[in-house]
Amino acid sequence: MQVDVTINGESRSADVEPRTLLVDFIRTHLGLTGTHIGCDTTSCGACTVILDGKPVKSCTILAVQAHGSEMRTVEGLRQNGNLHPIQVAFKEHHGLQCGFCTPGMMLVGAALLERNPTPTEEEIRWEISGNLCRCTGYMNIVEAIKEAGAGRAGDAIGEDLGAAESVAALDDMEEAHA
Amino acid sequence: MYPAPFDYSAPTTLEEATALLAELGDEGRVLAGGQSLLPMMKLRLASPTHLVDINRIPGLDRIEQVNGHIQIGALVRHADVVASQEISDASPLIASTAPWVADPLVRNRGTLCGSVAHCDPEGDWNSVMLALGAEVVATSRSGERVIPIEEFVVDYFTNSLQSGEMVTAVRVPRADAGTGGAYLKLERKVGDYATVGVATHLRMEGGTIVEAGIGLTSVGPRNIKAREAEAMLVGQAPSPELFAEAARAAAAASDPASDVRGPAEYKRAVVEAYVRRGLETCLGQISEEG
Repeated sequence: MQVDVTINGESRSADVEPRTLLVDFIRTHLGLTGTHIGCDTTSCGACTVILDGKPVKSCTILAVQAHGSEMRTVEGLRQNGNLHPIQVAFKEHHGLQCGFCTPGMMLVGAALLERNPTPTEEEIRWEISGNLCRCTGYMNIVEAIKEAGAGRAGDAIGEDLGAAESVAALDDMEEAHA
Repeated sequence: MYPAPFDYSAPTTLEEATALLAELGDEGRVLAGGQSLLPMMKLRLASPTHLVDINRIPGLDRIEQVNGHIQIGALVRHADVVASQEISDASPLIASTAPWVADPLVRNRGTLCGSVAHCDPEGDWNSVMLALGAEVVATSRSGERVIPIEEFVVDYFTNSLQSGEMVTAVRVPRADAGTGGAYLKLERKVGDYATVGVATHLRMEGGTIVEAGIGLTSVGPRNIKAREAEAMLVGQAPSPELFAEAARAAAAASDPASDVRGPAEYKRAVVEAYVRRGLETCLGQISEEG
């Protein structure tokens, strides 16, 4: 079956079996490997994507169900060559260790901050409660999300934070994968 | 993990969906939020040969007032229930339960009606529906049928839908003045199934309990309605002794199994404590309302 989606602002489509999971469609058919497969049992949130504005676990949705939808993955956080405030904050606060849960954590954080730019620590903790970090680096993840909300969203993104180098490194990585 | 292969249809009207379900019989399964069905299919615990995805049918995502009831459509997600002012106004018990269902990401996708239809004894919603005396609206090609929740919940993962029927809504009586409701859930971590879940509902008139509902999660082969405990409460004035007695009766009605979440005796003790606390919380809400 043909599945057409808008993903990170780009129209993409692929022909898949009905049983193809959304996460496999994104990774294998669209080549966007920033979305991870962790537990594959709706527990860990490594496969989180934003589907029509809402964070969901893409291992528990069929690709065919996403036909006609608008999606955002971690690759879509960066805008106009600048890191998203949440990416800057994760970098600055060491909000990642092994990095496996990071795409999901950042997307959930970004979606929360769009609804509520100044969440309390408790609100952040509830919001990320469907995402597991097995390095147990929650303290810094929570701090990063809080910081990304507290004023960063309005700032000139990435200044003085070494973000230009990060963007360049990302570009290199994407080229290497292409 | 991939599910076994299946055919897929995404009808855009209820008529189309029910015609398909009639044609498919037991081979067809309705896909709504998919947060229980897809994991079961990935583990090959379920292998329907044809999925009928109802997500593209307009109108099923409504929360509406119908004849003194609040009606929750088949595509209302748990997150919609959490966010709904209408639900907060109409049912303190439902409002109290929604934030405890699964985790925020699953709540964005999973549906209340799907959870009710799934009849997993570890699911939260059927305890709530049993406590509230809910009705399930089942639709087939030949029309609608209203099923009282006690008849709908048959057994372990078994509901009383007939071949060709799908759940299109669940409805509960709108809470009148003097109503309190609370869901207490013990879980090892967010998103885990309940070790024990207890739904309590009370309505008072002039110092007397006129309605009582108690539903139990994860302590038996299906969600349990603690009828004896409910009957002890109705017609009485609330008191700590009365609540303690009802809590003991509810614990006696539970039938937990010892497992990774704890021994049966422990779970029964939690039922007793939670029923007492739940009833106290209901009473507190009613007193506050004045």
